[in-house]
Amino acid sequence: MSEEVKSKAPKEPLFSKKNKKLVTDPLMDNNPVTVQVLGICSALAITVQVEQGVVMGAAVLFVLVLGNLIISLLRNLIPSRIRIIVQLVVVAALVIIVNEVLKAFLPDVSEKLSVFVGLIITNCIIMGRFEAFAMANKPWPSVMDGIGNGLGYAGLLILVAVFREFFGSGSLYGIPILGSPIPTPDSPLGSGLYEMGYMNNNMMILPPMALIIVGIIIWVQRIRNKDLVETH
Amino acid sequence: MKFLENIVHKMEPKFAKGGKLEKWNPIFESFTTLVFTPAHVTSKGTHIRDGVDLKRTMMTVIIALLPCLLFGIYNTGHWEMVAAAGDRSLDFWSNGGDKMIAGLIVVLPLIVVSYGVGLTIEFIFGMKNGHSLHEGFLVSGLLIPLIMPADVPLWMVGVATAFAVIIGKEIFGGTGMNILNVALLSRAFLFFAYPTSMSGDKVWMAGVENTNVTGFTGSTALGDLASFMSEKPVFENLETFTNNYSLSDSIFGYIPGSIGETSMIAVLIGAAILLITGIGSLRIMASFFAGGLLMGLLMNVVGGNDYIMLPPLYHIALGGFAFGAVFMATDPVTASQTATGKIIYGLVGGMLAILIRVLNPAYPEGVMLAILFMNVMAPIIDHYVVQSNIKRRLKRLKTT
Repeated sequence: MSEEVKSKAPKEPLFSKKNKKLVTDPLMDNNPVTVQVLGICSALAITVQVEQGVVMGAAVLFVLVLGNLIISLLRNLIPSRIRIIVQLVVVAALVIIVNEVLKAFLPDVSEKLSVFVGLIITNCIIMGRFEAFAMANKPWPSVMDGIGNGLGYAGLLILVAVFREFFGSGSLYGIPILGSPIPTPDSPLGSGLYEMGYMNNNMMILPPMALIIVGIIIWVQRIRNKDLVETH
Repeated sequence: MKFLENIVHKMEPKFAKGGKLEKWNPIFESFTTLVFTPAHVTSKGTHIRDGVDLKRTMMTVIIALLPCLLFGIYNTGHWEMVAAAGDRSLDFWSNGGDKMIAGLIVVLPLIVVSYGVGLTIEFIFGMKNGHSLHEGFLVSGLLIPLIMPADVPLWMVGVATAFAVIIGKEIFGGTGMNILNVALLSRAFLFFAYPTSMSGDKVWMAGVENTNVTGFTGSTALGDLASFMSEKPVFENLETFTNNYSLSDSIFGYIPGSIGETSMIAVLIGAAILLITGIGSLRIMASFFAGGLLMGLLMNVVGGNDYIMLPPLYHIALGGFAFGAVFMATDPVTASQTATGKIIYGLVGGMLAILIRVLNPAYPEGVMLAILFMNVMAPIIDHYVVQSNIKRRLKRLKTT
């Protein structure tokens, strides 16, 4: 990637402009999902509810930051021919930790996320950051880069999940906002907005709609920042 | 007419570049060209002198749709009365005036919502991008109400239209650039987003959910047929079904269903108008019907449950098959462009439609999905047709 920084001045403040940019860039103009279009599969699969998005985002953030740190520390010891295997071992180890922690403390979310926690191993963002950044940079910038990309990914996940949960289930973070669609003897259509004939959009729960929402976010982002528009 | 023209000419400078109302020019131009032939003509190159432009093409399609619309309005009124009385044997042609009015009350709001939402979005995009209103929506806006069940809530039609116009058309660059048929996309969106309002036996007749007659359901022929695949079929076997829905009823359209698609006769009148004016493609229509009949026969040979044994003629008379073949599959933008490609496109589309119907109980009507699928496949078909053409000609070149 473009922000590969190899040799730097020996003394640089911890929160220099360059380091700050490592965090802020992936949040918006170099977002791993909307600009680099990585990690789309998980963004489609687990954004049905905000809670899942938050947990998934936190898990990826954890793996990315620690993984970047470990790879960056080991970067001079890893023979380049087997570097992919070493990176995979690091991700796998971290993902197993995340998975066990989720199972122990958040069993129902863990059940909903099911296989997708394990699939963090194959998330392109993580391998991409290891290869493109951590292998060539010092530990501290690598950590910053991990935080930036992890937050960028988590932010987009949550944004998509907000739309999908609101229109698909009428709630946010599990709290019903539009009333209840469950019919009662008094009102056969449910309460709140549902009483007036509103219905949840089933398509929002299906993965294709997540793709369309990501597409619309990309559209809006490129209207705001013309530099991101690809010329061909 | 001269009087109107004078007004238009007087107004023109205000909307021209640099004028006071320049921003509103797309809207002005759209309305004036709807009535008068535009003054600007092609200045160079070879071209055909002809009064037909996109607007007039679209108007012809709308005229072709009128028989379906009128019959649909009447049919909607008829089934609303049937639902209220709870008696399916009500005479179809008596009480005509009341039925027409009852039908209008249901259908007219659908048309208004569909055109209102669609044209508003088109205007906004037109003003933003500085082009005049795209004509494509004139037809889509009428097709959308015709393929809806009578009881669909208006706000759903609005949401579906907005989705189809923005995601299906404007994102790709507006009229002439869309990959999928806009009207069908809106129906597919509703079908997956609000399945309870788009399928089942509660939606096909206006007001059926309020009927107090026990045992009366508003089911359609296709829904009943699909139940042959379930544990508890509505009819015992095919014979009781055909006794209930005769072939002539299905062809004339005296059956419940989406608003505009029940009558094959009305659809065929529309097809004749399209073919005489040269707007619809005979290749697509004929091959689509042929594909449906072929697949129906094939299924009869294979056998299995009662639905699979349904005579092929029934298949093309029931549901939206004829309507889809004539008005949806022939959409010049989304269909194949090459002559051979059109035949392949229609044939495979017709076959798929029947295949989805008889093999998947979740989708009683396969025509919508089949046409959308073929829309996606059309560019690939064209590509291979062109490639094979090139190959054949190259071979000829080598031998001489």
